[in-house]
Amino acid sequence: MEQYEPERLTPAQVAAMRRSFRNGRASLSRRSLLRASAGGALAVGGLGALSACGIPAAGKTQGGVSAEDHSAKEKTINFSNWTEYMDVDDSEKHHPTLDAFTKRTGIKVKYTEDINDNVEFFGKIKPQLAAGQDTGRDIIVVTDWLAARLIRFGWVQKLDASNLPHAYTNLSQQFRDTDWDPGRAYSYPWQGISTVIAYNKKALDGVEVKSVSDLLDNPKLKGRVGFLSEMRDSIGMTLLDMGKDPAKFTDDDFDAAIARLQKAVDKGQIRRFTGNDYTSDLTKGDLAACVAWAGDVVQLKADSPDVDFIIPDSGYLTSTDNMLIPNKARHKTNAERLMDYYYEPEPAAELAAYINYVCPVDGVKPYLAKIDKDAANNPLIIPDKAMAAKSHAFRSLTQKEETAYEEKFAKLTGA
Amino acid sequence: MAAVTEAPPLAPQPAEKPPRKRGRLVPYWLLLPGILWLIVFFALPMIYQASTSVQTGSLEQGFKVTWHFQTYWDALADYWPQFLRSVLYAGAATILCLVLGYPLAYLIAFRAGRWRNLIMILVIAPFFTSFLIRTLAWKTILADGGPVVGALNSLHVLDVTNWLGFTSGDRVLATPLAVVCGLTYNFLPFMILPLYTSLERIDGRLHEAAGDLYAAPFTTFRKVTFPLSMPGVVSGTLLTFIPASGDYVNADLLGSTDTRMVGNVIQTQFLRILDYPTAAALSFILMAAILIMVTLYIRKSGTEDLV
Repeated sequence: MEQYEPERLTPAQVAAMRRSFRNGRASLSRRSLLRASAGGALAVGGLGALSACGIPAAGKTQGGVSAEDHSAKEKTINFSNWTEYMDVDDSEKHHPTLDAFTKRTGIKVKYTEDINDNVEFFGKIKPQLAAGQDTGRDIIVVTDWLAARLIRFGWVQKLDASNLPHAYTNLSQQFRDTDWDPGRAYSYPWQGISTVIAYNKKALDGVEVKSVSDLLDNPKLKGRVGFLSEMRDSIGMTLLDMGKDPAKFTDDDFDAAIARLQKAVDKGQIRRFTGNDYTSDLTKGDLAACVAWAGDVVQLKADSPDVDFIIPDSGYLTSTDNMLIPNKARHKTNAERLMDYYYEPEPAAELAAYINYVCPVDGVKPYLAKIDKDAANNPLIIPDKAMAAKSHAFRSLTQKEETAYEEKFAKLTGA
Repeated sequence: MAAVTEAPPLAPQPAEKPPRKRGRLVPYWLLLPGILWLIVFFALPMIYQASTSVQTGSLEQGFKVTWHFQTYWDALADYWPQFLRSVLYAGAATILCLVLGYPLAYLIAFRAGRWRNLIMILVIAPFFTSFLIRTLAWKTILADGGPVVGALNSLHVLDVTNWLGFTSGDRVLATPLAVVCGLTYNFLPFMILPLYTSLERIDGRLHEAAGDLYAAPFTTFRKVTFPLSMPGVVSGTLLTFIPASGDYVNADLLGSTDTRMVGNVIQTQFLRILDYPTAAALSFILMAAILIMVTLYIRKSGTEDLV
C-alpha cells in the first residue's frame, strides 16, 4: 500500500493519506483487530451476567394441545415426509396416490420432503413445539423412538378413532402393539423398516457372512464392515446376535453389546458408523458387508446385482416410521382422513410397489400382485409368517436411559 | 521523502464553526445497520449460548442457570483428544493449503498473462456445487479399488503412511489422511484468493530492482516477494484454519471412529444426546482456543495489515 505514492499529490496530501492508512478508523491493522476482539470478549463476558432464564421444561405443554380445527373451511393438509418416501409418476412431479386422494376428497395436500434425519428434524420442530406453537405441519413422519419422545413430551395430538376406520381394521398385527403408544392412540405407521445384514458379493470374494458375529470377528473382513450410526439398529442387531431380546434387555446387556462392538472398533474391524450413505460404499465395494435397512437394499439390488442381504438366524430388528399430528396443527381431521386413506389396500399397494419398505397394511397382497408380482412375494415388503416370527422390536427407553445409552454409543463411535 | 515528514502540521483552526450536530451523528447512523446485525446475529446468540453452557437439567425437566462451570472442565476432560485432533488436522490442512496454494497464486499473479481470468475461474468454480457433494466426490476418487489407491499401493506410498499412522491397511478412505485431504481440498480457495490479492499488488518494478542489485531469483523471492505477501499469507492461513478446525463434514464422511473432530462431538452432544450445556461449553472452548491461537499467531507473524 505504502509504496504507491503518485507524484502529483502535494506532500501534505500524501501525509494525510498515510495517516489515514496507518491510524485512520478505516485501517484494519493487527492491533485494531486484537483490540476489537478483546473488547468483544469483554462485552460478552459482562453481558453473560444477564443470564437468560434457561430453557423451560419440555413436558410443560400438556398432552395433545389442539388448535381450532380448520379442516372444514380450509381444504388442505401440510404433510412433511422423508425424501423418496412417496410414489411419483414418470414426470417425477406428481404423486399418484396423493392426487387420487385430492380427487376423491377435494383436500389439497402440500407435500414437503423436509425430513432427512430424525435428530435434525427434532432440532427443527423443537422450538415451536416447546413454545406451544403451530409448526405449520399437519402430519409428520418420524421413527419410533422420536415418536415415543414426542408422545412422552405431549407434543402430538390424540387421534380420533372414528376418523380412522380403515387404519383400525387393516393395521398388521406385527405393528399393533408398541410399548410407547399402546393401542395406537397417537400414531399410525407409515412404513415398516427392517434392519438386516447387506453384503456385496464381489467384495466378499467368497467369504461367508451369516450373522453379526461374522461381521465382528472374521479377520478377512477387517476394515470393510459397516454399522449404522442409529444406536438402536446397531445395538439391537448386536443384542440379538448375543442371544438377548432387544424388547427386554437390561443395562448390563447394553454394556455387554457396547463392549462387543468396542472390541471390533479397537481391532479396526469396523470401518465406519454410517447414516444412509452406506449405500454408495456398499455398491462400490468399499464396504463388503454392513448392517443395513432392507428398503434400501431392495432398491440397491435393482441397480447393482452384486448387492444382496441376509437375515441372521438370530433374527432382525423391525421399527416403523410413524405418522403423527403435532400440537396446534390446523387441519387435524383432514390429516386423519389422509392417514386412513393410506390404510386402504389399494393406495397402500400402489405406495408399497414404489417405495419397497415393509407395508404395515393387511390385505395388500392381491392388489400389489396386480402391479408387481415380485414385490408381492418379497418377504421384505409383505412379511410372511417365517419372516414375521424373526422380527424383533427395540424397547422404548426412559429419558434417563436414552441419554446414558446415546452417550455410551457416541463414545463408541468416536464421540 | 523528507518533504513528507516535514509537511506542515494540520493545526486545529479555532476560527472554524463547530460542526452541526446532525453531521456529527451521521457516521453512527451509517453504522447502525451493521451494529444491529452484529447484535442480532452475533451478540445475542453468544449470550444465549453462554447462558446455556452454565445451565443444568434435561429436556424433560427443563434447563436452569445454575452457574455450573464444572461443565467446561468435564467437557475438556472427556473430549480433549478430539480438540487436539481438530487442531492437528486443521493445522496440517492449512500447511498443505499454503504449500499447494502459494505456487498457484504466484503463477496467477505474475505468470498467467491472459490465462489469469480463466485460472481464477477454475479456482472458484468448485464453489458452484455444494460443499457436501464436493466432499462426497472424494469418496469416489479415493475408493478402495480405485485407480488412485491402486497407484499409491503399487508405489508403496501407503506402506509409508501406514507406518506413520496416517492410513490403515491398503486404503485411504476412513483414515486421518482422507480427512486432511478433504479439508485441504475444501478450503484451498480460501488460501489462494487472499494470497493472490496480496501478490498481485506487488509492484513488478521491485523484482526488476532486486535483479539489478544482483539478487538471484530465489533471493528475490525470499527477501522481496514473500515478505510483501505476508498479509496474504496471514489472512489465508486464518481463513483456512478457523473454519477447518470447526468442520465436521469431512470427518463424518471421509473419516472413521478415530478421526472424529470437535465439530462432530458438538453435533452429537447437541442433536443426539440433547446435552445442550455441554455442546455450548464445547463451542465456547473451541472459540476461545481459536482466539488464543490466532492472537499468538498474528503477534508472531508481525504483519501490520491483514489484507
